[in-house]
Parts: sequence; structure tokens; C-alpha cells
Amino acid sequence: MRTPTFILPLRLKDVSFLAAGRTIIDCVSLELAAGPRTIILGPNGAGKSVLLRLCHGLLAPTFGHVEWAHVEQPGERRRQAMVFQRPVMLRRSALANIAYALKLAGVPLSERESQARAALESVGLAHLAHASARVLSGGEQQRLALARAWALRPEVLFLDEPTASLDPSARAEVERIIQAIHDAGTKIVMVTHNLGQARRLGDEIVFLHQGRVVERAPVDRFFNHPASAETEAFLKGELPWT
Amino acid sequence: MDLKRRLMLAIAASILAASPAVGQQTFITVASTTSTEQSGLFGHLLPIFEKKTGIQVRVVAVGTGQALDLGRRGDADVVFVHDPVAEKKFVDEGYGVDYRLVMYNDFILVGPKSDPAKVAGDKDIVDALKRIKAARAPFTSRGDKSGTHAAELRLWNLAGIDIAAEKGPWYRETGSGMGPTLNTASGMNAYAIADRGTWLSFKNRGELTILVEGDQRLFNQYGIMLVNPAKHAHVKRDLGEAFIKWVTSPDGQRAIADYRIGGEQLFFPNYKGG
Amino acid sequence: MDVILGALGDAVRLMFGLDRHLLQIVALSLEVSLSAVAIATAIALPLGAAIAVKNFRWRQAVIVILNSLMGLPPVVVGLLVYLLLSRAGPLGELGLLFTPPAMVIAQTILIVPIIAALARQAVGDAWREYQDQLRSLGASGLGAAFTLVWDIRFSLVTAVLAGLGRASAEVGAVMIVGGNIEGVTRVMTTTIALETSKGDLPLALSLGVILVTLVLLLNAAAYTLKEAAQRRYG
Repeated sequence: MRTPTFILPLRLKDVSFLAAGRTIIDCVSLELAAGPRTIILGPNGAGKSVLLRLCHGLLAPTFGHVEWAHVEQPGERRRQAMVFQRPVMLRRSALANIAYALKLAGVPLSERESQARAALESVGLAHLAHASARVLSGGEQQRLALARAWALRPEVLFLDEPTASLDPSARAEVERIIQAIHDAGTKIVMVTHNLGQARRLGDEIVFLHQGRVVERAPVDRFFNHPASAETEAFLKGELPWT
Repeated sequence: MDLKRRLMLAIAASILAASPAVGQQTFITVASTTSTEQSGLFGHLLPIFEKKTGIQVRVVAVGTGQALDLGRRGDADVVFVHDPVAEKKFVDEGYGVDYRLVMYNDFILVGPKSDPAKVAGDKDIVDALKRIKAARAPFTSRGDKSGTHAAELRLWNLAGIDIAAEKGPWYRETGSGMGPTLNTASGMNAYAIADRGTWLSFKNRGELTILVEGDQRLFNQYGIMLVNPAKHAHVKRDLGEAFIKWVTSPDGQRAIADYRIGGEQLFFPNYKGG
Repeated sequence: MDVILGALGDAVRLMFGLDRHLLQIVALSLEVSLSAVAIATAIALPLGAAIAVKNFRWRQAVIVILNSLMGLPPVVVGLLVYLLLSRAGPLGELGLLFTPPAMVIAQTILIVPIIAALARQAVGDAWREYQDQLRSLGASGLGAAFTLVWDIRFSLVTAVLAGLGRASAEVGAVMIVGGNIEGVTRVMTTTIALETSKGDLPLALSLGVILVTLVLLLNAAAYTLKEAAQRRYG
């Protein structure tokens, strides 16, 4: 048996990101290790989504380095996955969408359907296996996106405000699934602006403000004993719009 | 690269498979003029030849100038046009062989019934043209290096008029075939020189009618020749010769004479020789 | 006005009379244009998708050129293909001049830019929506492009129809490379041109009505297909 190569920990070294002359991420150094559920919090315009995309590789840093413990080679199975605020599904059935992701991951044809079905079951969508993915409700599509990501057995799952567009009952269901994914061993890195959600789902908070990491602390300490003025202002809802 | 190569093969295969099959039948390509085609002569003549020999005759009908050009480029096997001066040049330059005169018809001067230049019934075409110019009456010319156009220019010459230098807004060059030129003449109530064959089958006459005819100088000779196989090896010499021989044979000549529109004979066979 | 109404009546009579000669011309027109569309689509869809998805140095210039080529005059294309296929030209050996394949080639060249430019537009818009997710899943440039094209296939029907419209309407290219030979390369548009030049305007008009009706039917069928798919797949 091959010793599995882990891609964590992820190290960001002096990462900056500039676009259209504006500095969106300003010299961020961060290490994300396996284990704790990391929540990235911050006011609008702080650069949270950009930071997530830099970690996941969708954007390249203008300065600095994004270093994984093991660099994924092309053709290798991806160890990271991402779920976006609005799920993007192909014009196929729910099952086919997951099978597509499995195909990209190199899973042989004979195993794709069974693995896809298992993923659908774990999120409670088995009854919609053959429904057209794009006509499902927002909550169902987001659960499907999570099933798709989970089927890949990623080491890290990035989530960009996954419940921002959902109603409370769908949100609760999605949070339950995220918890289950974590329990199965995947590292969660999630962006949210929902403080209650951060408390419920997070182990540690990374607080981003104007492109800089202002504070990083375990959940309880962050909310009960904020260390910086910006954090206090944010928690009180007083932080000015950037 | 494998994907790209598969794509190329697919494209090549579909061009061959998807497009309609090129006829497997024996055929020759004859470059001829719009006047011969539009008069309906070929519609009458060719089925007789095809039935007799099994050779399909594909006629590309363009102006005389373009037909001769097709012959020069080797895109036709036989050329069948009506401009003796241009034909002689073509043969002299070595592009055509076995040149034979086939038939003649005549040109006519058509014009509006109102006849502003007062040429109706004139027996002298040169005189009529002088009157048209003097009256600056609208006149449409084909202006397309066709046999008809060449004949028209010769007539202006005979009238002592250098039309290229002396034309005015009354002289309209359409740069197109006989039909479109007649359409324009009809629309503008203008005079025009046309071949009788096209005129007889032309349906959009409007106010136009025949005003001058019968002058010997309106005589229009057709000639046929084989594109020189020495210049273009792929020319279908035997099949082309079969057509030329038939058109100038007693059978072919009779078929030409038999063609009528409204009881009127259009073309007069005049091949002399053995 | 009378001429037009008369032509409509004649058109109906012609169509139902099922005149063998007319049917042959219609069949050839459809064969030539549909073949051209099929081949052009096979070339243009991947081309447009690739330009939409891949970022390369001359991309902006290529897009501008592609859009401009949409306005290629058919008669110019006809002339160029004629010079290529003429016996005196580089591909003369093939003996394709004045045959239906020559017409297919000319029309294909004419409509590839149209389909490619419209496909690029559609795929580009879709790429903005799908890009992050597809890349996240590990879809590579070309593979992602194909997945995308297949996913938006029903909106690409519009691009293909634009190509079909151009092909079936043009007369300049097929006239020059086909030679309008009776029974061999005479299609609806060249017949209309011929009958017009012979002054037989009513007949030309009737043929025009038939041509427009055919294209209308094809478009209606494609539209229905597209709507049905939209409802099913979302």
C-alpha cells in the first residue's frame, strides 16, 4: 500500500493580490493545518472570497507563495474541493453531475454510479438521482454540490458562503452535511459573514479586514475576548463598510 | 494531437460523404453564353444529343468573354460562343482547335413604344444608333465583354461614334447578361440591342417592342471549338469532339433549325464543310 | 402587389404540384446547404469554444477578425474558391469545379466564421458562469471546453441556424463555383436569379416564397426543440 501523500498543511507566505490597481489581499502569511474547522470571517470587501480562491488555486498571487505540503501534479486525483455560494450544475441529472466529477477524478466507470449514489444518499437526495440538476431548488442544488465535493473524498473542502442564498431550513440541512464531512476527516475552510454560523461550525476564526489578517483565535476566545479594536467593532456591528 | 487528427479525418470524411455525389455519368463541360441558354436552345438540343450518345452535356452559361476565359483556364472542354473576332484570337493564341461555324441568328434593336428617337421601322441600324445618340435617348448596354456587347460596340463604330468617349448619362452600362439588361431597359423605357432568341423568351417586356431589324449588319454568328488538349491534358477530347461533330452534322443542324418559339425559328444553321 | 399575391398562389400550386424538376432543385439546395452547415459546425464549434476558453496572446485580434469575417461577401468567397479549384489553380487536379462539392466547400468557408463567432460569444458567457467550478473539479482547458459546449448545446443551435440561414440565402458563391448547370448545380437561389434575368418574375417570386418557407420550417423545428430542452434540463 502506498503511503498517502497529504497536501496539508497549507502555507501562505507573504501573499498579496492586486487587481485593477487595488490591493485586495495585503501581505498575508497563514498556515492551515489538518484538524480544526477554520472559518474566515470579515466585513464585506475584506477579501475573503479572494483569499479562498488563492488557497484553492483559482487565482494566482501577485506576490508571495501558496505552498501545499505536496504539490498536486496534473493527472493526479485532486485532494481539494470547493463549494460556491451559487452551485453550478451541468444540464444533466443529479447522479450524472456527481459521476462527471468522479470521472475527472479518475474513478473507473464501473465504480462511478455506485459511489455517486452513495454520495446522494449521504445528503438525503437519493430520491432525486435522475432529476435534472438545474431544476432542483436552491437548497437541493447546494446539497448536491456538497455531495459532489464529498464524493471526491477531498482532504480539504473550501466553502464560500455556502448558505448565504438559502432559507433557514435549507441552511440547517447544509450545516449538518458540512459537519458530517468534517467528522469523516476532511479539513473545512469556510468563508461566512453569518456570526451564528461561525460559532456553530467553527473551531478557529481567521478574521480578515482590508486584506490583512487582523486576528486569529479559537472560536470561544474570538467571540468572548476579542484582541483587536477592529474585531470588537465588527462583533458589535459597527465596522464601517470598506 | 490525437484529437486534432481525429477531427481532420472526420471533416474529410464528411465532405466526401455528406455532399451530393459527383455524377458518375460521362459528361462534358461546355462554356457557352447566356443568350444561347436563355433562349431555350440547349433545353431543346441537348436531350437529343444525350439520348443519342449517352453523353451528358453540362452547360456553364456566362458571357462570351468569361466563356473564353473558362476555355483558357481549362475549366471547360468545349466553347460555344458568338464573337468571331474574340474566337479567332482564342484559336490563334492556341487555346482552341477544330473551330467551326455552327449557326447564326440576328440582333434586334428594341425600345419603348413611345420611341423618342424616332427609329421605328428604320432599315439601317447605323442610322438608328446615330439618331438615338442625337436624341440622347436612354440606352442600356450589356457592358460585359459578351458577344452581344462586342457586336453593339462594332455597330457604334460603324456609325462613326466613339461610344467610350462620347457616351453620356443616357448610355447605361449594366455589366450584366441579356436578361438583366432587358429588365433594366424595360424599367427605364430605354433602347437596347438584344439577340432575338433571348428577346422571344423574355417575359418582362413592359413598354418595349422591336423597332429595328433585318439589317445585314445585325447578323450574329455562333462558333464552336474544342479546348486545345495540348494546353490542357485533362480535356475530354473524344467526348468533346463527339459533341462538335454532332452539332455540325446534318442531324444536329436540323435540330437547331427545328427549334422555334411561338412558331418562329430562332437560329439558322450554317455549317459548311466536311 | 398583384404580382406578389399572384406569386404566393403560384408558389402554393408549384409546391403541391410536386413538379419533378422543382423537387430536384429543392433537394439539391438542401443537400448543399445542410452539408455545408454540418461540416462548418464541426469546424466552427470547437474553434469558437477554444477561443472563448483559452487565453492566448493574440486573442483580442483573433476575435475582431472572426467577427469581421462574418460579413464576408459570398461572391468574394466564390471567386476565391473558383481560383483555387480552377484547372489553372492549385487544386485543379481534383476536378471539383462546377460540381456540388465545390458549392459545399464555398458555403462552408462562408459560414464557419458566423458559427464560430456566435459560438465564441455563447461559450464565453457560459464560461464565466462555469469556470470556477469546472476548474475546481480539475477539468482541463480543452476538456472543460468540450463539456461546456455540450452543456449549452441547445443555445448553440441558434449559432448553427444563423449559418444555415446564410448558406441557404446566398447566391454569389454557388453561382461562381457551381456554374448554375441545369440538373447538376442549379439550386433555388441560382434558379431565382436566372428566372429573374429571363424576366420571368412571377416564377422567380414563387421560388423565393418556397425558399423562405423551407427556411422558416427549419427554424421553427429548431426552436421547438430548443424550448423543449430548456424545460427539461433547465
